[in-house]
Amino acid sequence: MIRSLEQLQKQYSRSAAPEKRGGFGGGRRGPHGPRAHGKPKNVKATVKRLWGYVAKYKLRLCFVLLCMLCSTLSSLIGAYMMAPIVNKLTAVAAPDLSQKLSAVEIFADRVITGLQGTVQAIFGKTQTVEVLVYIFCALLILGSVYLIGILSTYLQSRIMLSVSQGAVEKIRNDLFGRLQRLPVRFFDSNPTGELMSRFTNDIDNIDVMLNNSLTSLVSGSITLLGTFVFMITTNWILTLVTVVFIPIFLKGGALIGKRSSSYYGKQQAALGAVNGYMEETITGQKVIKIFNHEKNCTEEFNLLNDDMRDKQIGAQFWGGVMGPIMGNTSQISYAITVGLGGVLVCLNGFSIGGLTVFAGYSRQFSMPINMISAQMATVFAALAGAERVFQVMDQAPEEPDKESAITTEALRGEVVFENVTFGYVPEKTVLKNLSLYAKAGQKIAFVGSTGAGKTTVTNLLNRFYDIEEGKITVDGIDIKDYKREFLRGQIAMVLQDTHLFSDTVMENIRYGRPDATDEEVIAAAKTASAHSFITRLPQGYQTRLEGDGANLSQGQRQLLNIARAAVSRAPVLVLDEATSSVDTRTERHIEKGMDALMKNRTTFVIAHRLSTVRNANAIMVLEAGEIMERGTHEQLLALKGRYYELYTGKKELA
Amino acid sequence: MKRWMKYIRPYLPYFILGPLCMIVEVIGEVVMPKLLSVMIKRGEANPSILTPGFALTIMGIMIVTALIMMAGGIGGAYFGAKASVNFAADLRKDLYTKVQSFSFAEIDRFSTGSLVTRLTNDVTQLQNFVNMLLRMALRSPGIMICALIMAIFTRPSLSVVLAVSMPCMLLAIFFIIRKGFSRFSRVQTKIDALNNTVQENITNVRVVKSFVREDFETVKFQNTNSDLKQTAMGAMRVMIFMQPINTFFMYATTIAVLWIGGKSVVIGGMNVSDLTFFVNCVTQILSSLMMITMLLMTSSRALASAKRICEVLDTNSVLSDENATQKQKAVTKGEIEFKNVSFRYYKENPEEVLSDISFKIPAGATVGIIGSTGCGKTSLISLIPRLYDADEGEVLVDGVNVKEYSLENLREGIGVVLQKNTLFSGTIAENLRWGDDEATDEEVSRVAEQAQADKFVRSFPQGYETMLDQGGTNVSGGQKQRLCIARTLLKKPKIIILDDSTSAVDTATEAQIRRAFREELTASTKIIIAQRIGSVKDADIIFVMNGGRITGMGTHSELLESNAEYKEIFESQTDPKSAEER
Repeated sequence: MIRSLEQLQKQYSRSAAPEKRGGFGGGRRGPHGPRAHGKPKNVKATVKRLWGYVAKYKLRLCFVLLCMLCSTLSSLIGAYMMAPIVNKLTAVAAPDLSQKLSAVEIFADRVITGLQGTVQAIFGKTQTVEVLVYIFCALLILGSVYLIGILSTYLQSRIMLSVSQGAVEKIRNDLFGRLQRLPVRFFDSNPTGELMSRFTNDIDNIDVMLNNSLTSLVSGSITLLGTFVFMITTNWILTLVTVVFIPIFLKGGALIGKRSSSYYGKQQAALGAVNGYMEETITGQKVIKIFNHEKNCTEEFNLLNDDMRDKQIGAQFWGGVMGPIMGNTSQISYAITVGLGGVLVCLNGFSIGGLTVFAGYSRQFSMPINMISAQMATVFAALAGAERVFQVMDQAPEEPDKESAITTEALRGEVVFENVTFGYVPEKTVLKNLSLYAKAGQKIAFVGSTGAGKTTVTNLLNRFYDIEEGKITVDGIDIKDYKREFLRGQIAMVLQDTHLFSDTVMENIRYGRPDATDEEVIAAAKTASAHSFITRLPQGYQTRLEGDGANLSQGQRQLLNIARAAVSRAPVLVLDEATSSVDTRTERHIEKGMDALMKNRTTFVIAHRLSTVRNANAIMVLEAGEIMERGTHEQLLALKGRYYELYTGKKELA
Repeated sequence: MKRWMKYIRPYLPYFILGPLCMIVEVIGEVVMPKLLSVMIKRGEANPSILTPGFALTIMGIMIVTALIMMAGGIGGAYFGAKASVNFAADLRKDLYTKVQSFSFAEIDRFSTGSLVTRLTNDVTQLQNFVNMLLRMALRSPGIMICALIMAIFTRPSLSVVLAVSMPCMLLAIFFIIRKGFSRFSRVQTKIDALNNTVQENITNVRVVKSFVREDFETVKFQNTNSDLKQTAMGAMRVMIFMQPINTFFMYATTIAVLWIGGKSVVIGGMNVSDLTFFVNCVTQILSSLMMITMLLMTSSRALASAKRICEVLDTNSVLSDENATQKQKAVTKGEIEFKNVSFRYYKENPEEVLSDISFKIPAGATVGIIGSTGCGKTSLISLIPRLYDADEGEVLVDGVNVKEYSLENLREGIGVVLQKNTLFSGTIAENLRWGDDEATDEEVSRVAEQAQADKFVRSFPQGYETMLDQGGTNVSGGQKQRLCIARTLLKKPKIIILDDSTSAVDTATEAQIRRAFREELTASTKIIIAQRIGSVKDADIIFVMNGGRITGMGTHSELLESNAEYKEIFESQTDPKSAEER
């Protein structure tokens, strides 16, 4: 059954639309998606804030500006120096050609003659032809102007480099620092891929803007202005020709740009569909093979691929046509300038040198315009990126501790929930009026369907989320009255999703308590029954884990997580599906270790496999945020209720 | 190159016309200043013959030239787009077809993630390169060569200056690139490290917070960050020499030309217009040279992509049915036999995943396989539908070696529900029909009933027309597994294999699936891999596996008697007290 192109597009352009997800979506390493998108909403505020990052380099920026001025002027003056040279040479070659010199030409001529005088005064009148001395002096000036230009170009990039890198480093640090202070809630609503693209795409764009675009913009503007001034002083009639062409450039550029961006959008959608389809089917390649589905997939893929072919040709064409059209329009303007210039030479005595440099200017006139319009796009992309970065920085951090917040000696671990009601979003309560009491050292188990609120209970305990109604106390004191860091330090968690860091096994376990000695780490690993497999790793405890411990099995990762909790001395322990991927036989083997781990600690256990919670002091059966049944294993079995059904396998945990 | 010809040949006209159009533009680029120089030359030689009429004629010619150039440029863009897009689309198609032909072994070797990047990123990279090549590759060298010829024609003696400055400039650029590039690859490593730190920190946010390690993480990041900054500065510090050095050569050459040329003008023998034209050529030549080096720089990236694409295209599946002798044969009974089978995933790996396995399963039997993770259960069943080939020994289905079947017929007769299973985006019905395109709605819902999926599917507002997200993330784990079973049942396979496919399904529902299997799939051979003893207890025969060997074979009660391992697994899963109760 081959789906139609429309069906496929509907399915896959949506699933892979990069704009919707923003950057590289959902943690998947999506290779598609344009580098930048979106327009900044509040340019002024964003620019002001970005300025804050470079403001401390004010002095250097002034110097950069000076350098830019120097280098742009040098290239303008350098180009202009051709005029007196050509004029002088023409005068030699064609002495009967009358040339009317413009004011600037006369000025340049005077300067050169002045230098010529000095040179001749120093070296004395030589045998050489005077014209050559003149040209030598002109070239001497030209050379020094160029040299200054080259030096200032280098200085400008060198200084700007340190400014931009410094600013970008600071932005990254600020962003990361802020992320560390944000509440867990923030990470729930912002997928990892989305946040990653703040660090990659957005900051990259800022970097490019600071490094290239800004200087290009400024020097482009100076060039434009300078060229214009030189042109108008050389010949105002010809300048008019160039000016007439400016609106044609702008209008034409906008027109083609519009065309190309509409095709570009279509191309991106088609590309998204093709890439989305490939990503899904290659990921599911094994299933495709089992079902002999290769032919179907190839045909569906071809449909999408051929559709993209058409759209891409349009996009590529309109994208590629911009350069030749604009460039050659500028050639036409050049042609008219040259032709009219020629007429002026014979009618008006316009100098040949003047015509030469003017022709050169007119050829280059469209360059800064194109450059500026191209850089504007980059600048806007960067500003949009900066805005998104600042948005993250502006997120409210975790509510600061109360001023009266306390830290005490180690807690005993008596935990009480009093009528706690909580929802992640206001309109949906997850826990309803929940109360429970755990004496220090007790083991409390939570059983229930996915979404019943088991994990939520433990999330509230260490204040990942704050409750609106009710009260949670530890050792009789409201958890909001403790310093948050102190509270969290007293609760060791083994989470459902195992997460490890790219570091050695030793450091990963030590994460539970930074000052633990190697011996303590090894002891903790032994408690978690992780010691034996760790010693079998290539470098034992010094083996580096890469990519979230990709070289370990899920069960082994869980054991490392348990070891990490074991090394901490926290009096309260939370085990959230801590051994779900460990097979039953191994689980039986580590039971002793787990008992040792839980000894003298108040432990909250969440488990899918009911055999692991049997020996709890109390078992809570949670359903839809409420405790349906509570009691010991025996009591609950005797009750013949929900727990009994689950335990004997009559009901399924949804 | 021969490989790429395959993608170029069908579009050869575009591949030729594109560059040709570009050459039109290139020639115009050099002709334009020449026309100016012609005009100036006239005024210079004898001002009286430079009439406004002549100037306007020159202008007319120039405008026409510009228009021809524009046409050339547009044509170049058009043919370039056609050529590069078609090239890439065909390449993509071939790659995709190639991947479809890969066996499990090749997929494992490349990893799905890397295959996806190769088909998406690398192809796009190459496509952009081809496009650029068609439009730019001839342009810059073209301008350079044209300008060079013009320059030499105008004044051979002046060209000596170029003969000196061009190699010097190339040498300088080469030096910078060589120095800069090695530094840039170091920058890339640092960027990866920084991204990795951030990614880890974000995914591990709960761990960081629960162990109160925010400050530690911040310091860690700051160090990585400043490390990146230092490395990046080191690389950029070299690269920023590029522009000043280039302009230096450009300016120095210009000055040298003006001096030497100026002297010739004064001494006589050279026109001023020729001199200015020559200067123009110098600018064009040197800036084209710069462009060419840039082109070479970007091409190194594209070459890396091309290499990665070639790796895919050059991989031929080791597992093919070309030499099969009984391609027409279909699986009819479902009898399975292993004769001294040994297997490894990687030939270089000395450790065998399966060693010396022999057994025979009669058609229609139910077999349970149990054992701890990594003992070879999945590998064992993978050999039956030839997902992998055994290294030693023979796997027989219906008495015929699996290698003698056509892959299509063999897999048609065998249904496997994989452990790591995938549903595809599309409706539930579409997903189930993977098993049989032509199945009626009744057939679809019947298999769904057998897999205990019908009820929950009907509870969805859109029933069988419910859209599944990519990867089937909008159904629960247990529901997903049941849909995967139903999909396989629709194939009506002679052999059905469940690889730990009911782990998220509750025991009561699982029992119902088992009953449906027993009662309605009497003709099929059923192999069930499971963690839970309960899932395999009623099988006709149970294999206990450990370390790649079958360490026990028998019924549940036999194994409880004779096999210590089986007994241990059994005990780990039963609560002594409730066992008494039952």
